[in-house]
Amino acid sequence: MTKVFHAGKKGESVRSDCFITFCPEGSEIIDIKVTSKVEALYGRQILELARETLMELNITRGSVLIEDSGALPFTLMARLECAVRRAFPSQKAVSLPKLFEEEKGFASSRQDRLRRSRLYLPGNEPKFFVNAGLHQPDAIILDLEDSVAPEEKDAARILVRNALRSLNFYGAERMVRINQLPLGIRDLEFIIGHNVQLILIPKCEDKEQIIEVEKKIAELKHERKVEEDVWLMPIIESALGVINAYEIAKASSLNVALAVGLEDFTADIGAERTTEGKESLGARQAVVIAARAAQLQPIDTVYSDVANMEKLQESSLEAKALGFDGKGCIHPRQISIINEAFLPKKSEIDKAQKIVMAFEEAKSQGLGVVSLGSKMIDLPVVKRALRAVDLALSTGKIKENWREEIV
Amino acid sequence: MSYQLIENALGKMVPSHINGQEVVPYQGVGKYHPSGQKAAPAISSCANYPSSGDKTVANLKTALLKAGLRNGMTISTHHHFRDGDLLANQIFDIAAEEGVKDLVWFPSASFPCHSKMIRHLESGVIHHIEGSMNGPLGEFVTAGKMKGMAVLRSHGGRYQAIQDGEVHVDISVIAAPTADPFGNANGLRGPSACGLLGFALADSQYADKVIVVSDNLVPFPCHPWQIQGNYVDYVVSVEQVGDPSKIVSGTTQITKSPDRLLIAELATRFAIEAGIVQDGFSFQAGAGGTSLAFAIFLEKFMEENQIRARFVRGGSTQYLVKMLEKGLTDYILDGQTFDLEGVRSMREHPCHVDTSPFTSYNYHGKGNFASLIDVVILGATEVDLNFNANVVTHSDGKLLHGLGGWQNCLFSKCTILPIPSFRDRLPVIRDQVTTVCGPGELIDVIITERGIAINPLREDLIAKTKGSNLPIRPLEDIKEEVDKLCGKPDLPVLDEEVVAAIKWVDGTVIDAVRKLK
Repeated sequence: MTKVFHAGKKGESVRSDCFITFCPEGSEIIDIKVTSKVEALYGRQILELARETLMELNITRGSVLIEDSGALPFTLMARLECAVRRAFPSQKAVSLPKLFEEEKGFASSRQDRLRRSRLYLPGNEPKFFVNAGLHQPDAIILDLEDSVAPEEKDAARILVRNALRSLNFYGAERMVRINQLPLGIRDLEFIIGHNVQLILIPKCEDKEQIIEVEKKIAELKHERKVEEDVWLMPIIESALGVINAYEIAKASSLNVALAVGLEDFTADIGAERTTEGKESLGARQAVVIAARAAQLQPIDTVYSDVANMEKLQESSLEAKALGFDGKGCIHPRQISIINEAFLPKKSEIDKAQKIVMAFEEAKSQGLGVVSLGSKMIDLPVVKRALRAVDLALSTGKIKENWREEIV
Repeated sequence: MSYQLIENALGKMVPSHINGQEVVPYQGVGKYHPSGQKAAPAISSCANYPSSGDKTVANLKTALLKAGLRNGMTISTHHHFRDGDLLANQIFDIAAEEGVKDLVWFPSASFPCHSKMIRHLESGVIHHIEGSMNGPLGEFVTAGKMKGMAVLRSHGGRYQAIQDGEVHVDISVIAAPTADPFGNANGLRGPSACGLLGFALADSQYADKVIVVSDNLVPFPCHPWQIQGNYVDYVVSVEQVGDPSKIVSGTTQITKSPDRLLIAELATRFAIEAGIVQDGFSFQAGAGGTSLAFAIFLEKFMEENQIRARFVRGGSTQYLVKMLEKGLTDYILDGQTFDLEGVRSMREHPCHVDTSPFTSYNYHGKGNFASLIDVVILGATEVDLNFNANVVTHSDGKLLHGLGGWQNCLFSKCTILPIPSFRDRLPVIRDQVTTVCGPGELIDVIITERGIAINPLREDLIAKTKGSNLPIRPLEDIKEEVDKLCGKPDLPVLDEEVVAAIKWVDGTVIDAVRKLK
């Protein structure tokens, strides 16, 4: 019996994806058939792309059936490659889509950039990828972990790699959440060097995990001649993780943020997850403290009720009050609320501006002490004020010439 | 072929004749000046109608036979029950039983429930359809299987065609949620209440024979008489006139799609930044998830800024009703009710007013309401770089939708099309639309999730929104981005043969739909 290999999805409700049936023994020459709901406009191009992709993958014989539901080229290529890899697990050849902005190439993100909202997208659902950046999250996370079924991990890796290369994220930081180690190490082989800016490491419990990831990234960067930085964001999701949070935060110079994930944490400590969240307050505070001590950005967990925008706002303001710099989101409608919540309020900006001016004044006069009116201002307060003014500036809350407007 | 192809003012090749009748090619907005007299129905006499006022007959078949049903007639029905219509199929089943052939079906719109008509089209009971064609009927037409040429008109164009005598209706069957034996009827009460019966107004006034069918016959008088019994020949009482569960349209749910919500939000912000949303303004947002979301974002802004509209135009929905009841608008001027809240409000609220294609849309009148509206939100399947838009065919050439009131609404002071920049890889912004339904000069703003394009003709809107933080970009720019993402599409291969003609609001032919190869 001839063996047949599949990849992708089909069915009534499937959009922007395709289903590949690959039979390596099917034909002496390569035989490609396409059915597509966009056949009238793209049938010819789908066929051509399939031909090129298979050639790059060194497939010269066999039959391929593409049942297309409006997949974009990066998805078609990923599904084809996945079917081929399933047929030939030792396959080395890859078929990489062009970079979406070839002239610019890869770029690192700033270590201290804004990370208020980070939008999780399931790594095997291409239809969500294309427009995600238009909703202006600070970051987009293509997730290889919890949102991808175990038997689809291989498919998601290729799809995520292709998406990183070919899609515009409209300024959002390009993040990938890898699987728990050791699976996550294999994930790195697929994505390092393909326009990823930050790796989220789930369920971190000790610093060795971070060191292992850092080592693997360094290896791959060297091998692939990648120069750009790839930052790390460990996620603390267990009792042991909370206990070791500071060590984890200090484990690598690539760490830029430390996140807390509460779904797993509450289960781990044997608590029930409540709306008021008393059971996780200690963990959240521990993560904030560890992150700040290591000079990382502390990032809060997701808020999972996508229908309740009021509670989301409350939860975001609470997170900010606890010291977090950002929060995860699972739906694009959550983004603007989170982004707004983590910006300094008008009153905070006003106060910060006064402190910054007093600080500059003291500096210009060579004074070691900053004072506002009769009150002395401590250095950490000055630092926070500088951060608030920077944030207000970068998000357009105040103008470059704000000093002139302050009397 | 029984027609020649001639070039119209948009450079489109359109048929010179439709089903044997000579037609005028589109000449430009406001360029065609009609002359002559309106159609005039035959004079009736009370002597021929029962003085008791009781016009009831035993059943629909009797009514149709008494009305003189025979080969070649034009039979009209209406879409007040939308996908819950039960009458149209029955009428043509009866015609088939009676061996009648070559009828013209002249609905105000068709729905998936009418796909059963295909067998009557195949057997020759129906020669062709003049009205909207969606889903399976549209596919049947674009496959070139219908005997005659289909004609698509807007709601206003349908009134105009009847009024001007372009279409002579032999028998009109009006499904009425409530009626009396004299023929007075309304849509406000009864188990199949649907709101109003405006689409049947022209038919009641101009058809040779008018049959009212109801499942809620009340003693005279049925008031208010949205349809006046003085126009009606026969009244039929039936068990069920429509399926109430399907009267409420599926397109009256607010979209959950984050991309569409983003588009609706941009549309709202645009209207606000352009200075349109002010005390005493007016807007129209019909069914369809994005328009409803627009209405809701607008409502929030109006509430926060204490702005009150003078009137809003429906298709009414629970959302517009809420605005009326909160005092955010003085009036709802309603063309069709999309949900039961709309029906209730129309029944109870004196300022929820029913309108008709005559008052709102008819281009051959002494003005109409459509041009008085400050901002209107409409959909489109495609637009092109000249801002021309298509609502009836898809990029692959398939005819899948009707025109509705779309063309008529283009005359508003600001017409906004909030549309996704692509659907399932199919780019929405094209070099040329497959079918022009509306000329670009009437389309002011195209809003996609990738940015807002303002028609260069609208220098006023460009000036007003300059300096705002809206993502305003040239349409070419958005197109280029999407073409890069999806790949530049090939053109579908179409036959020369015309299967459907698209009428403009003045009865001229703006474009034609070709047979699929």
